[in-house]
Amino acid sequence: MDFQLSKAQQLQRDLFRRFAEKEIRPIAREMDETETYSMDLLEKMQKLGFLGIPYSTKYGGGGADTLTYTLCMEEVSKVDASTGITISVHTSLCCGCINDFGTEEQKEKFLRPLVSGQKVGCFSLTEPNAGSDASGLQTTAVLDGDSYVINGSKVFTTNSGFADIFVVFAVTDKAMGSDGISAFIVERDTPGLSVSANIPRMGIRAASNCEVAYENVRVPVANRLRGEGKGYEIAMHALDGGRIGIGAQSVGIAQGALNEALKYVKERKQFGKPISAFQNTRFKLAEMQTQVDAARLMVWRAAMMKDNKEDYSAAAAMCKLFASDVANQVTRGCVQLLGGYGYSREYPVERMMRDAKITEIYEGTSEVMKMVIYGSLKVK
Amino acid sequence: MKIVVCIKQVPDTSEVEIDPKTNTLIRTGIPVIINPDDKSGIEAALTLRDQLGDGSTVTALSMGPPQAEQALREALAMGCDEGVLVSGREFGGSDTLATSTILAAALQEIGYDLIITGRQAIDGDTAQVGPQIAEHLGIPQVSYVEEIQLDGDGLIVLRQFEDRYHRLRVRFPCLLTAIGELGEPRYMTVAGITASGEKDVKVLSFADLSSRLDPATIGLKGSPTSVVRSYTKEPKAQGTVLKGLTADQAVDAIMARLHEDHLL
Repeated sequence: MDFQLSKAQQLQRDLFRRFAEKEIRPIAREMDETETYSMDLLEKMQKLGFLGIPYSTKYGGGGADTLTYTLCMEEVSKVDASTGITISVHTSLCCGCINDFGTEEQKEKFLRPLVSGQKVGCFSLTEPNAGSDASGLQTTAVLDGDSYVINGSKVFTTNSGFADIFVVFAVTDKAMGSDGISAFIVERDTPGLSVSANIPRMGIRAASNCEVAYENVRVPVANRLRGEGKGYEIAMHALDGGRIGIGAQSVGIAQGALNEALKYVKERKQFGKPISAFQNTRFKLAEMQTQVDAARLMVWRAAMMKDNKEDYSAAAAMCKLFASDVANQVTRGCVQLLGGYGYSREYPVERMMRDAKITEIYEGTSEVMKMVIYGSLKVK
Repeated sequence: MKIVVCIKQVPDTSEVEIDPKTNTLIRTGIPVIINPDDKSGIEAALTLRDQLGDGSTVTALSMGPPQAEQALREALAMGCDEGVLVSGREFGGSDTLATSTILAAALQEIGYDLIITGRQAIDGDTAQVGPQIAEHLGIPQVSYVEEIQLDGDGLIVLRQFEDRYHRLRVRFPCLLTAIGELGEPRYMTVAGITASGEKDVKVLSFADLSSRLDPATIGLKGSPTSVVRSYTKEPKAQGTVLKGLTADQAVDAIMARLHEDHLL
């Protein structure tokens, strides 16, 4: 057992950290307040390879591992959780589906531009009436000649405001339930695909998150991932991987808030001394850092299991369940330590507290995580 | 053309604290970085190589302990073609003169057409090593360079002075010392870091350079510099107040003081 990052992983972390401090921190608040993701920032990250980290250099990816990807998620999320989810949905969910289930031709055509920084991807699963129960999809895909015709509407589709490539899940055989769902790669400019304005939200407000309508959207059979009826399995597999990313995002949000608190308690004086002199402050900080460290180790373990091709489904669910809870507790604790200033938008911790909430909800709620974890216990 | 950039791994002085008892830098737990001026040198070298597009290469060269390999890996991840580390016990304790002697020997060993060093390192702030290397090698040097333009068998460079610029033409082989204005260093890339992990950093030991080096000129015994005392600057004392002077007397007093302190 080795808790030491490799030299390459350390350099990657330096890259992510320096970039986040220099390029993201100065604009994070403005992006949150204007509820707009900076396309300039996205382009910079594409050029440096932030959107293809764990994918093969054969397709123009970064050639790094899942652990490196979690380092990126943590470092960017320390500064801006919206950047975290933008990278995560593209990487884990969209690219993950095509990389793990696509044919060589599909990878050349769609994965290459995604991981080499030419295009951005999204993942279109959730519907107004199908959230935790993803098997209840109502969007349909009907075979017509050499193409499918997709009809339906999706909601909360992250990145959809600017994504070029959509991985869409639709029912091809209603009678088969979850075995009747199929996955398709749809290009943005396909006639009939329309994206709404950004959905107003509590947190991760800079991220793009919209409704997507599919009205007689014609997609070639060649764009179907694997066989008909394989969609549910593909989605669940991608979400397993995605949860490691959300775990890392949660660790980043928590550590980012904690770093702000560590600075603040040295400067803030009350009752004639810095508040770091009070035992309440010290114990609170110690407890919070312990929580964050434990969460990080769980994330790293799940990432290493994925890299080692072990069954990581339960480990991913556990790290997300735990880390998202830690992110919420720690950001709340940090706002409390900063007091009135913590509540003020002049300091970033209130944003971090708002951003933390979604980590308990998306890519599987904490309740769904418990279902997955319980399932792995094999209680008969 | 072979471009060699000399780089130094330094503690990130923005995060360094001084031990009040020993008056030395507390180095433990401080992140190390490539010296900022050296990084601008890397940027200039990579830009020049890409402009040339003729198979020219950029080699990053550093002297330091084995950990300095990480700085060279970073240079590789930024796009340098080769990394060379000069490392050995015999080199320990070298001052700027001994360091430049060793680096000059390493440069003769690996070959060069253009050498770029940073102006000065943020830990020592001497700005001596670059110019000394050029003297050892007997090649032209231009210090404080903030702009480079290719010009036939040489370069036209803009040298920053305190109150003016010099535009100079210099023929290869030559040495330039870079200042920050020379170029905003590019980031490493994810794929660049992956690729750098597959490259070897070449290590030159004393044995590799022994035919070019007199042991008396390197390490502690080859270093004429000795640090008498190091201390943390105290905040300045109260200023002097002169009272009851006429305007002319006040001007004279201030001018005299400025001359006395060599400020004019």
